[in-house]
This record gives sequence, C-alpha cells and structure tokens, in this order.
Amino acid sequence: MGLASITLQINGENRVVAIREADTLLFVLREKLGLTGSKPGCLNGDCGACTVNLDGWPMKSCLILAVETAGHYILTIEGLKNTRIQEAFVEEFAFQCGYCTSGFIMNGYSLSQLYPHAHSTQIQEWFESNICRCTGYEEIEKAIRRVLNENNNL
Amino acid sequence: METIGKSIIRKEALDKVTGKAKYTGDYQSSSMLHAKMVISPYAHAKIKSINIQNAWKVQGVRGIVTGQQVPLVGEAIQDRPILAQDKVRYHGEPLAVVVADDPILAKRAADLIAIDYELLPVVNSPSEAIKPDTILVHEHLDCYKRAKHITPIPGTNIASRFKIRKGNMDKGWRESNVIVEDSYSFTPSDHAAIETRCSIVEIRSDESIIVSSSSQAPYMIKQLMSMYFGIDMGKVIVNTPLVGGGYGGKAAVQLELIAYLASKAVGGRKVKLENTREEDIITSPCHIGLDAKVKLGCSKDGFIKAAEILYLFDGGAYSDKGIDLSRAAAVDCTGPYHIENIWCDSFCMYTNHPYASPYRGFSHSELLFAFERTVDLLAEKLQMDPFELRYKNAILPGHTTPTQTKLNHSNIGNLRACIDRAKELSNWDEGQMVEVDKRFVRVKGASCIWKTSTIPSNASSGVIITFNKDGTLNLMSGVVEIGTGTKTILAQILAEYLKMNVDHIFVRMDVDTQTTPEHWKTVGSRGTFMAGRAVLEAADDTILQLKSVASCVLRTSIDDLIVANSRVFLRDDPTVGLGFEELAYGYTFENGNSIGGQIIGRGNYILRNITPLNPETGAGNPGPEWTVGAQVVEVEYDRRDYTYKLIKATSVIDIGKVLNEKAARGQVTGAMSMGLGFAARETFRLDQLGRVLNHQLRTYRPIHFGEHPEYAVGFIETPQLDAPYGARGVGEHGILGMPAALGNCLSLASGVSLHQLPLTPELIWREREGKSDLI
Ligand code: FES
Ligand code: FES
Repeated sequence: MGLASITLQINGENRVVAIREADTLLFVLREKLGLTGSKPGCLNGDCGACTVNLDGWPMKSCLILAVETAGHYILTIEGLKNTRIQEAFVEEFAFQCGYCTSGFIMNGYSLSQLYPHAHSTQIQEWFESNICRCTGYEEIEKAIRRVLNENNNL
Repeated sequence: METIGKSIIRKEALDKVTGKAKYTGDYQSSSMLHAKMVISPYAHAKIKSINIQNAWKVQGVRGIVTGQQVPLVGEAIQDRPILAQDKVRYHGEPLAVVVADDPILAKRAADLIAIDYELLPVVNSPSEAIKPDTILVHEHLDCYKRAKHITPIPGTNIASRFKIRKGNMDKGWRESNVIVEDSYSFTPSDHAAIETRCSIVEIRSDESIIVSSSSQAPYMIKQLMSMYFGIDMGKVIVNTPLVGGGYGGKAAVQLELIAYLASKAVGGRKVKLENTREEDIITSPCHIGLDAKVKLGCSKDGFIKAAEILYLFDGGAYSDKGIDLSRAAAVDCTGPYHIENIWCDSFCMYTNHPYASPYRGFSHSELLFAFERTVDLLAEKLQMDPFELRYKNAILPGHTTPTQTKLNHSNIGNLRACIDRAKELSNWDEGQMVEVDKRFVRVKGASCIWKTSTIPSNASSGVIITFNKDGTLNLMSGVVEIGTGTKTILAQILAEYLKMNVDHIFVRMDVDTQTTPEHWKTVGSRGTFMAGRAVLEAADDTILQLKSVASCVLRTSIDDLIVANSRVFLRDDPTVGLGFEELAYGYTFENGNSIGGQIIGRGNYILRNITPLNPETGAGNPGPEWTVGAQVVEVEYDRRDYTYKLIKATSVIDIGKVLNEKAARGQVTGAMSMGLGFAARETFRLDQLGRVLNHQLRTYRPIHFGEHPEYAVGFIETPQLDAPYGARGVGEHGILGMPAALGNCLSLASGVSLHQLPLTPELIWREREGKSDLI
C-alpha cells in the first residue's frame, strides 16, 4: 500500500499527511488528522453529515479524494468559531443528537457567506442534500433564516 | 416556577455546534485494530463451507472468527448465533469477522473469504410464516434457552403469542349494528439514525471487558455479556458517549458481541467495529413489519361494542426484542377507546427478514395504523365525522384498558381535550376536503394515539449528586444522551427543586456502567419520569445533608432551615445562613475544626405496582401511565397522478407538564417527521428471495430538508401525579398516529381504501386501477 505525503491547508494550518491515493478527504480528516467533527453517515453522498468547505463551497468530504484537495483551502467545523450560524443553531434548538449538525452548519455557513441574501428556493436547494433524522427540520430552517434575515437587515 | 417550563439550552449544545462532541466512532488510538464483517447475500441458505485461507494472506490481518463455537444469544429466546452457524436466516446476517491493522485491510481480507451456500426457500411474510406446513426458520425451537413466560411453538414459526380476552365477544357483536373488517400490512423498515452503530471492545488481562458502544442500553450490554460469556458482572465495563440518534434501534445488543469475539481472537487487543450504512440497515436489527386484521362493531349511534384483532408481527429471523414488541401491541391493541369486549391475538413470527429491534413508539404507530384506519372505515359507514366518533368513544378515567387496568385521573391523559385542540389547530371544521382547483384538493386525515411503556416491573433508575468546592453540583445518571435532551431536563428538575441556578449544575454526559448509577435503558420515553424521580430523591438527600451540617454551625434545628439560591439559611431571617461553597466539602470553623465532608446525594426510583399479564386473558398492570393525543395530517393531493405534498401535521399531546418548551416541541415535530417518512415512503423493498434491495440512504429515503410540512403542536397538561412536576413521557408520541392519519387522509383523497404502507403514489395507482398484483 503506497503512501504519499501531501500538504493540506486545513482551518488555516498546513498539515503534512501520509495518505493512500484512494483515501477520501473524510477518511483523512478523521483517521489521520483527528478532525472528527465531520461525520460519516453513508460514505455515499446521501446524507451530508460529512460536509466541509472547499474554497468556500460546501463539499461532501466522503465524495472527494484527499489528493484532490491539495492546494485548496479546506474549512471544517473545527475551524468555525463563534459564527452566527453556530449561535443560531443553539438558540433555535436546531439539533438533538447533533450527529448531522456539523454538516448542516458547514452548508449553512457557506450559503450565508456566498449568498448572504439567499431566498427560499436557494435555501431549499442547498439543504435538501442533508438529512436530519431527529428534528423535523423546522428548527434548522429557522436557524438558517435567522442568519440570512440578519444579513438582510444589515 | 423558575426553571421548569423554560427553554433551557441543552448542556452539550456548544460541543455539538463546534464539532467537539464525541460519539463512539470518533474515538481512536494507534493501538486500535479494526474489524469488518462478512455478511450473507441471501435470506435463507445452508452454509456448505467457509474458506478463510485467502483472507489470511492479506498482510496486516490479525484474526478471523467464524460462527463455530459461538454461544446463542437473544433477549427473550436465545435463538441467535452471534455469527451464523450452519445456515443463514436473513439477508445481511453476519457470518465472519476479520480483524486487521486498518479498516481497509480488514475489508480487503473479508472480501476474500469464500463461502459456499445452498439456497433454501424463504419465509417472506408473517402471513406466510403462520401457514401450516410452511418452511421453518428455526427447526429446533424447542432446544433454545428462553425466559420463563415465553412460549414459542416448536414445529411452527411462532416465537410468541399474547392474548387479550376482555368482556364477552358474543355480547359485543350482538350489540353491534354496524360492523367493519379489514386487513393491513407493511414490510420491515429502518431507524436510519445518522450515526451508524459502532462498538469498541478490549479485554484486559484479568478478563475484564471494556466496551464503548453507541447504545441506548449500556447496562443491558453489561448484563447480557456477563450472562452470555460467563464473566463477572463487575468485569464488564461499558462506556457510552453521546449517541447519534437511537429511536430504539440502539437498544438491541449485537455489534458489541461481535466486537468481543473479534477482540478475543487477537488476544484482547482493542478492536473497533463500525457499521457501514448498508450493514446498519440490514445486518443490525430493523423496524418491525406487520400483517394485521381488525374487525370492529358499533351501535347505530356510534358506540364501539366489540373489537377483534389479529396482529402478526414480522419479527424477522431472530426473536430478540420482537417478542416484547408484539406483547406491547397486545397491551394497547385498540387505540384509546372505551371498548368492553376485546379479543386480540398478537404473534411474533419468525421470517427470513432482518430481525426487529424497538422503534420509536414500540409497535404503537404500527398497530395504530391498522386500528385507526378501521375506525375511519367505521366512521365512513356511519357517515359520522371521524373525530366525532373518536370523541364519543374516548377512553376516560373509570374505564379499563384492554389489559383490564382501571384508569384514574392520573394514569390517563385527557383525550377529549386533545381532540378539541387538534381540531382547532388543524382547522378541522373547514372540512376534511377543500377543493383547490380541478386538479388539486387539500385533504385532512385524523388519528388518535395512546401508549404506555411496557418495561419490566423491576426497571430502576439511579442518580448521584456530588458537590464541587465552589458550591456547584455535578449530576450523574445512567440515562444516555441520545438526542432527547433528557439530561438537561434532569438538571432543570434539580435546579427547580433546589431553587438554584441551572447553570451551576454540571451534567455528566457519557455513561460508564462502573461509576454511573444504573438507568435500565434509555427507551420508552421513560427517562424523564424514572430518572426525574431519582433526581428528586437525591435532591432530598442532598438537602438533608446540607441542613444537618448547617444546623450544627448555626446552632438551630434543621426544621428552621431553608435551601434556596445555593444557600442554607434561617427561615425567619434569610440573612443568617451559609453558602453551598461553605458546606460542600464540610464546614471549617475558625479554629480549624471541621465537620461534614463532601456532600454526596443519592436517589433511585423503581416502577411500582407493575404486574405480569395473565397468559390467557392479558389482564394485569402493564405500565405506569398512558399518554394520549390527537393528530391530523393535511396534504395537497394531485388527482391527475396521485402524488401529494405534505402541507401540515398537527399533534396535540397530553404531556402532563411541559418541562422544556422548545425541547418538547422538538421531540414532537421530530417524531412526526419520522412517522411521516415511515408512512409515506420508508420500507424495505424485498425481492422474492427475501433480499433487501434498498439498503442505502439513496434508495431508502428518509424525509429530507424541504420535504417537511408545517407543524402545529399543542400540549394539554393533565398531571401524572407520581411523576416529577406531573410530566408524562413525550419522546415517542409524535410518531404514533402519523401513518394512520396519512392513510385516512389519502384514502379519502383517492376514493380507495388504502391498507398498506408506505403510502406511495404507486400504491394509490395500483389500488385505483385494480393492479394490486403487479410488483
Ligand atoms: S457521509 Fe458523506 S454524504 Fe453521507
Ligand atoms: S440532530 Fe440527530 S440527526 Fe440531526
């Protein structure tokens, strides 16, 4: 099993890591770098629990190879500190077990950065990629809208 | 009240939004080995040979275990080999496990294990299973060890049968002017918690077993492992960190046992076994299926006189919790109505399907689909409003349940109040059908719900409170934080009782069976009730200790002391008193003398007056209380292609007392969402060989963001007098009536009576066009 050493730019740090070419980003984050905030839910692109940001865009880390992400800026939930979206999730009770939460927050963070005034259809399109089995989505929707509304009032 | 009723933020909230919250699979170490299972591609087949030679050739393989010489396990009947022996009985059944240095090598080796099968005919439904002369899933049913009251019938596929015989059926039918009867069915489905199950096991040199597991039942793991493997109970130490959703699916004990065998095969080294999504859906236990028949009779004016019910549960290949599930369905077999004459047989059947574990609602959303659909058929025949019929027959204090338990003002909620409020919230009186235009119509369907929790009569829960030097408190309970926020609610109960700031109470989130007092299992919406009672007792114990030290210092009787705001002070002069920080670790006088010591409060609670059911009549006292409710589902139905959109889901539940407003609402809306998924599209698509064709989240599709309806939630507060602040369980109830309400709604919308789940447009099309035989 050949290992290659690559440098990944994660949460503002350069991390040198030995990987197999076939390793997904999710695998490397969790197993090699101890960044376990991104969760495996299906390893098949179906649940969104593994969502991270790649150059500002949400990306399912189970669907991309780690080698492909060299030279790109990777942001995981561990790199997010005191953002409005995190606060809004707490205030609105937008999670129960919390397992889907990192994925939803990373997705929501990208949306609020890229489209601070996103409309309903956009919200719908962005989030239908994520599954939450605990909540009925009402609280998640409220949290996202709260952040976007605040942007609208700026 | 200061803290009760408030939407206190959950204690572990910050960890959950920063990625710091740890679940079982997040723990790793360089000393850890990884295991992968080999699972059966067939539902029923003889194992002719297993060849592991090639697997051993993979570098980094440390151990391989197959099904020889493993004990039989199972909760009610020990009918399940931990790894299949001689034959496989369901698609996905584990046959072997490989341990290697990393998960990739383990998988590579597992794929090299060659197994020769000889296919056997399959039992593909519980109705098939009960036919005489059918294929047997277990040929040696009589040889299995089993719990006392369980009576499987050798030579058949019957794992258990529970009977309800109440009143006089002949009389009931004589008094009935209107009779309806119908059959219902649905195949098994899945919990689909986003965290797949994961277990980590190591065996120490003194044989003690250290288990970490994503489980709702760490104390059960301890008890069962000790029993199955003959190891001292104190030597099985189970740790459960946060759990990524349970819904009953993680109350079963399975992966822990396989991981134990795997660790044993490598000299006790630490081994991690984590389900893939596919394994989590088919290999680990699933959500039970059901074939049902319900016959109801009522008088001209709509009073139900008789109910005859047959439930054939699809327990799958192994009985495990399926037996308890079918028992619970017998207990509440009718829905929340006053019916004097009831006959019910509830069977747990063996089939060649994945086996069942509890699922949110513990067989109630399932039985209520059959029963509440039939109530609607009755309403239709009577030409009566469905809610009016339900209101008329609502079960009330003074009535008895199917188990002949007498109800009073505390042990049953107020169903009529729930119905009234549900009608308001759903705008019921505008009419069940509202035309939108020629193509679309908005339609509402209703269901009533009830549930008691049939947990063992000796289930108990313990709590320990310790103090920190600064006067803050630590709260320890064996309740697992599976997402319901119960531990935060326990802190609220404690804060309310001690009249202190909830922020000064720290809650231990993970459970460790060696140091955390036992809570039977985190299931059945019983966490708040049982652990809450234990909290109150521990709080009393704490208060007594605080007061006795303070009474020495203040030279007063403890009767003159009050505890509030983290202080103990004189009733008549609150300025004279001592802060918790002065008492928490004992009080030190000026001369250095000290009294007291760390204050440690203890409390426990055991259910009272629960009795087993009479095997012939079902009479007994199965549970502490019945929570009731009324629900409505509204859809916009497209008459052109039978598709529909969920518009609004309404639940009104008699919760006794709302302890945490937002948390309670979240439990109800979450459960409704899950129930609507189950009702509308979640099912195992089984082929003729009994194989599950959709074991991925792409093909087994829970409700996604944006597909959710608007939710309306109302609470009625009829206190359960022996519960903390009167609160009843609420974790499951939102799910219970969803399949029935949606079924009633779409039957009305489509003009054909729908009797199967899931309620897909295709099902409606088949029923309407008479193509029900087409697959
Ligand atoms: S784990 Fe990546 S989408 Fe599910
Ligand atoms: S909070 Fe549990 S899956 Fe979303």
